[in-house]
Amino acid sequence: MPAVSKGDGMRGLAVFISDIRNCKSKEAEIKRINKELANIRSKFKGDRALDGYSKKKYVCKLLFIFLLGHDIDFGHMEAVNLLSSNRYTEKQIGYLFISVLVNSNSELIRLINNAIKNDLASRNPTFMGLALHCIANVGSREMAEAFAGEIPRILVAGDTMDSVKQSAALCLLRLYRTSPDLVPMGDWTSRVVHLLNDQHLGVVTAATSLITTLAQKNPEEFKTSVSLAVSRLSRIVTSASTDLQDYTYYFVPAPWLSVKLLRLLQCYPPPDPAVRGRLTECLEAILNKAQEPPKSKKVQHSNAKNAVLFEAISLVIHHDSEPNLLVRACNQLGQFLQHRETNLRYLALESMCTLASSEFSHEAVKTHIETVINALKTERDVSVRQRAVDLLYAMCDRSNAQQIVAEMLSYLETADYSIREEIVLKVAILAEKYAVDYTWYVDTILNLIRIAGDYVSEEVWYRVIQIVINRDDVQGYAAKTVFEALQASACHENLVKVGGYILGEFGNLIAGDPRSSPLTQFHLLHSKFHLCSVPTRALLLSTYIKFVNLFPEVKGTIQDVLRSDSQLKNADVELQQRAVEYLRLSTVASTDILATVLEEMPPFPERESSILAKLKKKKGPSTVTDLEEAKRERSADVNGGPEPAPASTSAVSTPSPSADLLGLGAAPPAPAGPPPSSGGLLVDVFSDSPSAAAPLAPGSEDNFARFVCKNNGVLFENQLLQIGLKSEFRQNLGRMFIFYGNKTSTQFLNFTPTLICSDDLQANILGPTKPVDPAVDGGAQVQQAVNIECVSDFTEAPVLNIQFRYGGTFQNVSVKLPITLNKFFQPTEMASQDFFQRWKQLSNPQQEVQSIFKAKHPMDTEVTKAKIIGFGSALLEEVDPNPANFVGAGIIHTRTAQIGCLLRLEPNLQAQMYRLTLRTSRETVSQRLCELLSEQF
Amino acid sequence: MIGGLFIYNHKGEVLISRVYRDDIGRNAVDAFRVNVIHARQQVRSPVTNIARTSFFHVKRSNIWLAAVTKQNVNAAMVFEFLYKMCDVMAAYFGKISEENIKNNFVLIYELLDEILDFGYPQNSETGALKTFITQQGIKSQHQTKEEQSQITSQVTGQIGWRREGIKYRRNELFLDVLESVNLLMSPQGQVLSAHVSGRVVMKSYLSGMPECKFGMNDKIVIEKQGKGTADETSKSGKQSIAIHDCTFHQCVRLSKFDSERSISFIPPDGEFELMRYRTTKDIILPFRVIPLVREVGHTKLEVKVVIKSNFKPSLLAQKIEVRIPTPLNTSGVQVICMKGKAKYKTSENAIVWKIKRMAGMKESQISAEIELLPTNDKKKWARPPISMNFEVPFAPSGLKVRYLKVFEPKLNYSDHDVIKWVRYIGRSGIYETRC
Repeated sequence: MPAVSKGDGMRGLAVFISDIRNCKSKEAEIKRINKELANIRSKFKGDRALDGYSKKKYVCKLLFIFLLGHDIDFGHMEAVNLLSSNRYTEKQIGYLFISVLVNSNSELIRLINNAIKNDLASRNPTFMGLALHCIANVGSREMAEAFAGEIPRILVAGDTMDSVKQSAALCLLRLYRTSPDLVPMGDWTSRVVHLLNDQHLGVVTAATSLITTLAQKNPEEFKTSVSLAVSRLSRIVTSASTDLQDYTYYFVPAPWLSVKLLRLLQCYPPPDPAVRGRLTECLEAILNKAQEPPKSKKVQHSNAKNAVLFEAISLVIHHDSEPNLLVRACNQLGQFLQHRETNLRYLALESMCTLASSEFSHEAVKTHIETVINALKTERDVSVRQRAVDLLYAMCDRSNAQQIVAEMLSYLETADYSIREEIVLKVAILAEKYAVDYTWYVDTILNLIRIAGDYVSEEVWYRVIQIVINRDDVQGYAAKTVFEALQASACHENLVKVGGYILGEFGNLIAGDPRSSPLTQFHLLHSKFHLCSVPTRALLLSTYIKFVNLFPEVKGTIQDVLRSDSQLKNADVELQQRAVEYLRLSTVASTDILATVLEEMPPFPERESSILAKLKKKKGPSTVTDLEEAKRERSADVNGGPEPAPASTSAVSTPSPSADLLGLGAAPPAPAGPPPSSGGLLVDVFSDSPSAAAPLAPGSEDNFARFVCKNNGVLFENQLLQIGLKSEFRQNLGRMFIFYGNKTSTQFLNFTPTLICSDDLQANILGPTKPVDPAVDGGAQVQQAVNIECVSDFTEAPVLNIQFRYGGTFQNVSVKLPITLNKFFQPTEMASQDFFQRWKQLSNPQQEVQSIFKAKHPMDTEVTKAKIIGFGSALLEEVDPNPANFVGAGIIHTRTAQIGCLLRLEPNLQAQMYRLTLRTSRETVSQRLCELLSEQF
Repeated sequence: MIGGLFIYNHKGEVLISRVYRDDIGRNAVDAFRVNVIHARQQVRSPVTNIARTSFFHVKRSNIWLAAVTKQNVNAAMVFEFLYKMCDVMAAYFGKISEENIKNNFVLIYELLDEILDFGYPQNSETGALKTFITQQGIKSQHQTKEEQSQITSQVTGQIGWRREGIKYRRNELFLDVLESVNLLMSPQGQVLSAHVSGRVVMKSYLSGMPECKFGMNDKIVIEKQGKGTADETSKSGKQSIAIHDCTFHQCVRLSKFDSERSISFIPPDGEFELMRYRTTKDIILPFRVIPLVREVGHTKLEVKVVIKSNFKPSLLAQKIEVRIPTPLNTSGVQVICMKGKAKYKTSENAIVWKIKRMAGMKESQISAEIELLPTNDKKKWARPPISMNFEVPFAPSGLKVRYLKVFEPKLNYSDHDVIKWVRYIGRSGIYETRC
């Protein structure tokens, strides 16, 4: 590249810059700049054409002023003029100005592009280089639009100089990164791959970068690069060859190229055996070299060598197919664990984390446990300690879990604040996952709360309680341990929560011991009461009422506490309500009722550990999950976790001493147990979604009945999902729109609604359903249309089963779809005479069905009328001699037949009874319609 | 209260650093330098809050004075103190420049010890200070023990600003009414805003402890007096002025002003500022600027500016300077003016037209042709206002000194023996006309 010759130095510019530097104040500087700008303006305005030199000088000055932070709004034209100069320095300044100051100014862009095109077309390599650099530096979309087609041509042209090729490759890379859609893939791609064999190091390195980026998006197009890269790598790495021996950097041959090639190979799966052999050879050579004594003491040497080594190790990990190499890599990293260099230790720990998840090297990683634990204790750099924690977590399995958990716990006392929460989560997960003995688990978690109570999140203690409740064998021990732990003079609030909950459930298991008599337990808990926050106090109040059930002998004491002003008149509405209701409950309810209401919690349904979900959230989705999945597979058989709880609708049945209790009187009509409104405290534990086996969703039967007489409305609703219906029926055809509304803010995945019909039902109704999108965004609503045809009459209703994944858990909801026979009613109007004529025609005893039933709702004439019309039949006025009676008529359409129906409803106000008589031409129809309609009144 | 006081040069180097309270550390010095001085005019507020510390600064030429505090102080008090401090330094060694500060740093520390005690401002009256801080330029008089004890009693006494026993052969006093007139006018000649801020500065060389009474044509006073004779009210009604707000030197008896609206005081010896005031009504605008700007195509601009003087023909205005801003893409300017000299100053992006003297009721004009360079920016030129500087020998507010009476009961000289000089100077403040 031609250097700026001495005679070419611009004196005026130097003077100007030194003037500016000598300015004493900002004002002086601005004055000097204004003066210079005026001068340049008058020069540019002047009629005399400026020569190239002065143009260059002024453009330089403008550039300098711009870089000082002042606006420049002229001179662009002069800069563009410089582009067409033939002198290198002038062209260079022109390009510099443009790459710094260019904006999407329409007129100038055209001129600039033109100049760049000219330079690209010229045969002068320096000019081409300047143009390519300018394109890359600007790197805008406009540039990409104009030149993305041109550059690949230059890149693969046979006669292009090496330096230009290099620039072209990098320029293309830059354009691809800014606007990948504008770079066309074409036949040039295959030729680019062959640049990997180029003799010029710069070209190969640039091309490798380009290919790596392109291959990540279009792996198929660049598949051939794998074998080329491997052969190139082997030529560099293996000692026998002499490829690029000129480019050794501190005795390491072409380290940058090696690293890039290794990274390129990481875009692809392990190659076919022939190539693989060679690759393995290369990787072994690299690992071998790492063992050799360093050829130089310089840090550059070891940096270069280690860079190649680490990249090779990541390739080995990526392939994950050569046990031999994996183990060697692991051993190599093990050596680095004790290296002087902090960075090396960090990298080694990080790579080992990924190695630990590979089945081949897991054992090898485990051999370094002592070193890692040591690193955790002695390392000065907190980021390295963090990595060490990660690695310990990754290498943990059943065999070393006790040791690792113990080490982490002991480290926790001195750990850096920034990583404490994460360590707490990890300890909690490991303790749960690898617990052989649940007493150990309980001990560990209590220890955890004791050591780092502030960092123990809600999820952790929820989990302890779930596990204790689900396992009978540990309950007594847990109660005892918690009781002992609570005796410490100062204990963390989380411990009080756990203690309160567990003693409330299982306090009776240790009540036999005089040291932990019921009264002692109560006094112990109550001594902590005043130090706790409101949610904890609420929990403790629940514990007290549970004590009332468990130990009748302390009832009086507890009632006194509940009755005290600080509870009954507490400013917090939640506490007050609990106190009032519990007090009432304890005085009013009999022992039997108390025992039922305050029964021991049923086991929790098994689901993904919420702690794990939290850890994932902390880490960002990708990193931990892979590792987690891998570990899960391995450990699945090791420890199935607690047995899956028997499917039950625990959410509904468990906690609330609700309806019948409240019927007893005094208490306000809010659920007295942990009400769903009480915020996050207990809800997480109690309110699981309807359980896995999904019998019909609670309340759906109710809804079903409502839909007999109407076509639109909300069919089902819980915390997550709302299902709405809109339907229309004509003769024997119907169309139903089902709306699924996501009530949460997160996406539902694998959302699959299916219609389940018993076999004969299938034959009788139903047309096709259209599938819905499997992902439902938070807050979104999707719609599904169902076409229905009534083939013949039927009695059962189809069931809509919906399965989806919400957060980590699988949800399953079933509802009866209100497609009933009466939907295919067609009303018929007829006069009194006609009606009775037909009524008599249908006098066959099988054709008539009569039912007498008590009214479930108030007997309102208008409502009844509306219901009969909603049912589908016509309401015939003035037919029956008794005006209080209702008479209806209609025809039910099926594909095969039409069935006439007549109905008569006679209310008896005194007895609050109805008599419903139906006469149809088919017995089954009469039966079914009578069932449906009698439900309505 | 003030926690510390620093003086910097333009580069941000500390020249004087005095910390009065423990809550201000050395790092406060750097914080101000980095965040304010080196921010290159990004900080324009005189009060800056950095890390719960407040910095109050004033700038004199290239010197920065910064008062620092962590407490909730009265900002007006701090600034008043800083201005006073500038006055004191100017009285001791003249212009406040880096060189002068370096040469007098011992003196400055001594002054700081005296006028600021544990962050509380003390007597900062130059006259009083000069009696006991005597360095360099100030002649150290031979002080007897009595005189020394007198200093104590004076400084701590009721009249801290004047010592007893001053004797002059000639009793003389000078009264200057200094006003600056501010104006913003629309191109059509409509006054958008105008006000006058004025000061009455007095230089007294009087013996003993004289009691002075100052009278001017304050509307309220005139009306009060005129109540008796309606005739006089109508006569002098035009001449009286409405003072918008005013502040006095500490020697003025405020109680008397409040009750009788008379200004009576025992003046300090030497120069002091008796009062400051502001008026907004009935201002005499000494000059009228009539601009005419015409854009000829994209590359040319024709400007014609006429100025008219609007006061008695017998008076002469001086140091007249008209500044006509030019667009930022000006590439050349041709100017023709009837009177004075005009020049295009590239460094200030303005045409500056200077006239040495101009009598009242005259007019003069300038015309300029400005060539423009076409630019990429579509921004229109903002047309900043044309500004003007001048000095006139009358008070644009219309203020007149009616009397200044001196009584000295102990010594035997009367009001008639005092030689009095009164001078009016009206200067331009921000005197702008939009174009």
